[in-house]
This record gives sequence, C-alpha cells and structure tokens, in this order.
Amino acid sequence: MTESTGSFLKHNLREYGMLISLVVIMGFFQFMTGGTLLEPLNLTNLVLQNSYIVIMALGMLLVIVAGHIDLSVGSVVGFIGALAAVLMVEFNWHFVPATLVCLLAGGAIGAAQGWFVAFFRIPSFIVTLAGMLVFRGLSLALLQGQSVGPFPSSFQLLSSGFIPDLMGGETLRITSLVLGVAAAVALVAAKLRVRANQARHGMESEPTPFFIGKIAVFVALIVAFSWKLASYKGLPNVLIVMALLMLLYDFVTTRTTVGRRVYALGGNEKAARLSGVKTQWLSFWTFVNMGVLAAVAGLVFAARLNTATPKAGLGFELDVIAACFIGGASASGGVGKVLGAVIGAFVMGVMNNGMSILGIGIDYQQVIKGLVLLAAVFVDVYNKRKT
Amino acid sequence: MTLLEMRGITKRFHGVTALSNVNLAVRAGEIHAVVGENGAGKSTLMKVLSGVFPHGDYDGAIHFDGQERHFRGIHDSEKAGIIIIHQELALVPLLSIAENIFLGNEQAVCGAVGGVIDSFTAYAKTQALLRKVGLNERPGTLITDIGVGKQQLVEIAKALSKEVKLLILDEPTASLNETDSDALLALLLGLKAQGIACILISHKLNEIAKVADGVTVIRDGSTVRSFDCRSGPLSEDEVIQAMVGRKMEDRYPKRTPQIGDTVFEIRDWRVHHPEHADRLVIKGVNLHARRGEIVGIAGLMGAGRTELAMSVFGRSYGRGISGRVLLHGREVDVSTIGKAIRNRIAYVTEDRKGYGLVLDDDIQRNITLANLEGVSSASMIDDGREFAVASDYRRKLGIRCASVFQPVVNLSGGNQQKVVLAKWLFADPQVLILDEPTRGIDVGAKFEIYSLMAELAAAGKCIVMISSEMPELLGMCDRIYVMNEGRFVAELAGSEASQEKIMRAIVKAGSITTGMSAGAAS
Repeated sequence: MTESTGSFLKHNLREYGMLISLVVIMGFFQFMTGGTLLEPLNLTNLVLQNSYIVIMALGMLLVIVAGHIDLSVGSVVGFIGALAAVLMVEFNWHFVPATLVCLLAGGAIGAAQGWFVAFFRIPSFIVTLAGMLVFRGLSLALLQGQSVGPFPSSFQLLSSGFIPDLMGGETLRITSLVLGVAAAVALVAAKLRVRANQARHGMESEPTPFFIGKIAVFVALIVAFSWKLASYKGLPNVLIVMALLMLLYDFVTTRTTVGRRVYALGGNEKAARLSGVKTQWLSFWTFVNMGVLAAVAGLVFAARLNTATPKAGLGFELDVIAACFIGGASASGGVGKVLGAVIGAFVMGVMNNGMSILGIGIDYQQVIKGLVLLAAVFVDVYNKRKT
Repeated sequence: MTLLEMRGITKRFHGVTALSNVNLAVRAGEIHAVVGENGAGKSTLMKVLSGVFPHGDYDGAIHFDGQERHFRGIHDSEKAGIIIIHQELALVPLLSIAENIFLGNEQAVCGAVGGVIDSFTAYAKTQALLRKVGLNERPGTLITDIGVGKQQLVEIAKALSKEVKLLILDEPTASLNETDSDALLALLLGLKAQGIACILISHKLNEIAKVADGVTVIRDGSTVRSFDCRSGPLSEDEVIQAMVGRKMEDRYPKRTPQIGDTVFEIRDWRVHHPEHADRLVIKGVNLHARRGEIVGIAGLMGAGRTELAMSVFGRSYGRGISGRVLLHGREVDVSTIGKAIRNRIAYVTEDRKGYGLVLDDDIQRNITLANLEGVSSASMIDDGREFAVASDYRRKLGIRCASVFQPVVNLSGGNQQKVVLAKWLFADPQVLILDEPTRGIDVGAKFEIYSLMAELAAAGKCIVMISSEMPELLGMCDRIYVMNEGRFVAELAGSEASQEKIMRAIVKAGSITTGMSAGAAS
C-alpha cells in the first residue's frame, strides 16, 4: 500500500521543507560568496564551528519535547571548560580522568536542575535561568577572571584532530572518503530494511520515486561531503563524535520505549502518567542527559579554543534552542525530531558562516537570524492552522 | 406578575438537539427550582438565558422584566439584572474579597490617566455588601484563605453589587456542608423578601422543598412538568418520576451474565482531598466485583465516584489514602500506576481528552502507550508489531479512521473513546474500571461500547462502570452501588434496581447525614 504522491507530499512537507530550505540557504551563500562556502577548508570549519551547538541540540530536543526548556546550557559549557582547564592545566591531570570528571559534573548539574523541575514542579524556565546565572558565576570564580590554557595537545585533538589516514594519499585522504562511502552504503541498507519490514506488515510507506530520490540525494550528499573533507585534512574527530551521537539519539527517539514515553509526556503529561509512564523520573533524566551533553559540548569548545575563558559559551543556549524550534519542535512539547534539530543547527551555522564571509556585521547578522527563527516557526503555526 | 418567561427555547449543537421547545416562567420575587438529570439541559438553558449563547443562536423568545430581550453576551444580561453564579466559582484566588467583588466593575476615580481604583470606596461598599450576605470577613482577606461556603457568599455579594433582579445559582450547595447550605438557603429567603427572584438549580430535593415556590423539571432537553409549591407541599416522588420517567428502549445488547468468584475487592477505602488534607472525600467504601460481572456505581456529579476510582488506580487522586485492595482474595499493592497496571487493573478515564489521549499523537501510538513492552523487545519498539496490534484493535473495535497513523485529535468522540478502550484492552486487564464510558458520544457508538463491555464480561473480565446516566447503568449492570457524598448509600441487584430507587437513595442520603442507610439489604 502506498499513499498517492500528492497526499504524501502534503503530510511530509515539514520534513522535506526543512531539508530543502537548508539546501536553498547553502546554495544562496555558495553563490553569494563565489564558491567559498563549500570549499573544503570552509566546510571543515563549518563542521568544527557548529559541532557543539549540534551536540547540545540533541539534548535540548529531548528537553523541549518533554515540555521543558534549559537556559543554562551556555553557562554550563563555560563552567565545564573552566573545570577542564583547572584540572588539566593547573593540576596537570591526564585528559582521560579529567574528561570523565567533567562529564560527571555535567550530569550532576543536570540532575540538580532536573530535581527541582521534575519533583518540585518549579517551571524549568526559572530553574535553568537560575542555573544560567549560577554557572556563569562559578566559571568566573573557577578561572578567577583569567583565561587558562593551553590544553595538553592530546586533549586538543578532540576538536582540532582528524581521523588518521591509514591508506596514505597526499592530496586525498582515502580513509575518510572510504568511511563516507561506507556510511552511505549503511544508510541505504538500513532504509531498505525498514522499507521491507513496512511492506511485510502491510504498512504504508513513501512512494517509490520519493524513496529512491531521497536515498539518492542523501547518498550523493554524504559522498560529496566526505570527498570535499577528504581533499582537505579528512574527517574531523569531532564530526565522528557528532555523527555517532546523532545516530544514537535518532535511534532513541524513534525506536525505543524511553523515547516514545518522552513524546507522550510532552504531548499530554496527565494521560502519560495515567498510562503508567513515570513522568517525573523521565523529566529528571532528560535534564541529566542535557547536562552530560552540555559537558561534552563544553569540552569540545574548550579544546577548539585551546583555552578556557570566563565568557565561553555565552549565548549558546539561544542558538541551541533556536536550532530546535527551526527544526520543527513545538514549544508546548510532544513534537520535534532529532534530525530536524540537527538541520536547524546547520541552518543557523551556515547563515553565521555565510554572513561572516560576506562581511555582514554582527549587528545585522543577529537581526537576520532572529527573523529566520520567527519565519520558521510562523510557517509551522500557519500550516498547522490551515489543516 | 411574571418576571421571566422563556418560551419555546430550542438549541442545537451541530445537529444535536440539546434543548427542544423548553418553557420556563419565573414570577417576580420567587425562588424557582430547575431540576433534571445530568445532561438534561439545565446548564444549556441557563447559558441561553444569560447570553452565553447569543440571540440568534437559538430559537424561541425571552421576556424579562416586561420586555423581549435579545442578549448578545453576559454583559447584556447582567445589565438587565440577570446574574449567574456557576458551580465552579469564578473568583480569582489570590485577589482580596473586595477586589473580586468589583472585578471588571472597579470603583474608579477618573483622573488624568483614565481609571484609578478608589480602594476606599470599594472597601466601604464591600463591607456593606458582606454585612448584607452575613459574611463576617474583612474585605481585604484573600479568596484563597476562606472556605468554599464563604466563597459562595462572596459570589452572591458580587451579584448584589450590581443591580440584580434575578439571581441564578447552579448547584450552589453541591460542595457545601450542612451548616453552610442552611445558611445559604436562609440568605436566599432573605433576598426573596427584598424582592430578588432566584433560579435554583439543584439535585437536592429536600432543599428545594424547603425554599422553592415553583419547580420546573427538565428531561432530555424538554420541559416535562412544572409544579407550583404555593398550592400544597411538593411531592418528592412525583418530581423524581418526572425527572427519570423515560421509557427504556432496546438500547442495550442482550447478555446472560455468567458470574463467578469474587475477583476484585476494595475494603474500607478512605481518601483525603489533595489540597485540603483534613477533608475526607471517600469515607470508607467497600466494593466487590466478581468474574464476568458488570458492577455499576451510580451517583450525582461530585459524589466521589471518579475520586474513588482514581485513588484506587495507583493513588492518582488524593492523599492520606487508607484501605485495602484485594485481587482473588489476596491483598495487592496498587500504590503506583505502574503497579496497578502490573496487577492488571485498568482505569478508563471520564476525561478522555484531558487524561486519556495524547491528542496530537496518532492512533497507533495511543493504543500501545500503556503497554509498550508488548510491542518491543529489549526496550526497542518493533514498528511492524506495533502496527499489527493497532490494526487489529482498529478492526475489532471498529475504529473509523483513514489509517492508524491518523492523529486522534481529528476523530469523533466515539472513535476517540474506542482508542482509549483499545489502549487499556491491550494492557490486558482483569479488572476494568470504566468512568463514564459513553459520555459525549452518539447513540450508535454507545451501543458498540455496550456490546464490547458485554463481550469482555462474557470473556471473564470484571467490569466496574461509573455512570451518571441511570438508564445505561440499569441496562448494563448486574449490580449497582449508589454513591453519595463519598459513601455507598445503597447496593441494588440489577433486577430490582430502578431509576426511582436510585434517585430515592441519593435524595434520602442527602437529607440524612449519618452513614450507610437504605437499600443495602439486597
């Protein structure tokens, strides 16, 4: 059973719409910058610059789907970076235990905030607003107002390193290209399996031309992307981390019982609770998860700057939240997709990058980003009202 | 002299007739009671009168105070002197008594800025009004700090602050204790002496007999009888008969109950109000239900039926809960919803949109929500199995939809109810508590739900059905408990039960304050 092409398009416009707008925005800047945007060097930078936003968007999406918000993540990024610097630079810890302590600290921060939100029903807006102030202050205190660096070079590899090239190749990093192709093949295999499973149970699936078209576009994008990166320094380590986290969170949200319950919690908390979902604990864990991911982002950001500054992460929470909403998450909870949030993050990232190359000042960059956020949500609400 | 005359009022909602040719006449300075079952159309009639449904939205004519009136909103009717006090009080909890009384009608001095509230005038006027209604509180006291009985008086004081000629009270004593109720009724008699007429909507016939000068009975959206109490004392029996006297049609599936051993028992169940810890809501209830049996719980709104069911289902209502729940004679732990579900108890809520469904989610996801383990292995959901389960219930329950991926928000009430039922059937319960399972759904869907209940009972499930519609309790149940004010006041075998007996048990219990009484001798 396949839906007719028209009705399928209508029902899935949102998802494709997001992807199409990303492509359009990229095309626009590619043209305006005279091809600079998609040069291997710039593409690599684009990934590096946005990795921490994408990583946090994964956690923020769960928080938003559960019906909450987390304003503290920018401050947590700064705090974790400061903590990492103190441990590694001042106390000369090895980066492995330091990283573990930082992740634990992130989890503890999330747990503390989640505790108030989930069990005392204090609005998350207020709890995390408090957290935003507290952890900004603590990072200042920890660094005593100074910048601390540089980090040990082994730690820097997290952000500035690229996967080692085993097969040589001076101008083209073959390993990176092979990995990219392998990812594309894996994607095709996975999609085919899902489709076969759908067919076996008589489920509706997307029309064949769409299926083939979509897969072809994705494969082309992945291969082209990895080829571009391979012709510079190869795939960045942080891209691998990001990709693995994306896959993990996509899987958790779409295929597992925990993910399903988070959506139910955000969709109708009372109904979820009466269906046996432990709504309070679930809210709590989304915040713990957010804290850990904010810590990951804090480490990535610190490694990238190679120094911890008290201002690190300032305003990141807004980019992360905007990424989720541009990606189709609903402010009232229950709606949103991991891939949407990732695309949303890249929409913001490409615009930042493209406008910087064009030499647009930081003043108008913010105006334009704000309008894009509003427009994306407006289109959502407008479409919803029309149906 | 007639103060109010509503003639031939007919009101339809999307093709469903809620009121059909209703007549209501109230004389100047009388207390007129309007009675009828839940859903008979009393509230709709009052909404027509107060302009909530504007002129043109209904057929018929309203004459008030010597003129034909075309109210287009509450504002219009209030200006004419008709003030309605709803069952759910419309006071702002964190404002003071004085601020509430003059809310929207602030005592303002017009300065350069427009409206500056004159607190002194408001305070003085409030004091006078409070004296009038016999409420001994300072005007500055916050609403949240006074009890429901006093809040009711504040509402009346608020009405008196406007030029009120006709006061409408919707079940004013439903949440009041005896003393507060008496005080309120005395106040109504006092207002009557000042020439203010009053429409009293109430289920408590003993109260009506005390104060009413006239009674109008509404049933199924029509006026069935009017009584004039000045000519002689009111006959409660006649009123009850008029309220319930519709004939039982063949609206229920035939079933031959095969009743087995006792499966489900609740013993000495007591529950306190979640906010007012000293208020006992469920006052020692004992219930048992047997294999294959459909047990009904009758009662009026606010009797505590939903509170009973939800407190048993994983303590999802109330606090300070005591008592025991037994399955097959063994005590079970139902202290969380998860444990209740694992003990195979299911509760189908009366509020399917608020508590039953994730409205924006699709049918499939709603059906599997209470038993995700049933469609997953190692916490991984198997899409195919989930689809198969949902499609299976779609077919079995006749859920009419384009596909199981359709969001439930677009389904009709009956189909939504079937989705909620499917969710709980998939959780495989042995005890199924159905709270108002047919509320707000059409006759055809009702029959399907009744048939499903009959099937489940025949398959050995034990069903507890809470309903405010007496005919369906009589049509479906093997045994009926009658609940009133947190207690079971009667237990009737299905064969001997009748609407009169149920109503009588409720009304009698309302006038006797001591515990269990009447028909427990089944």
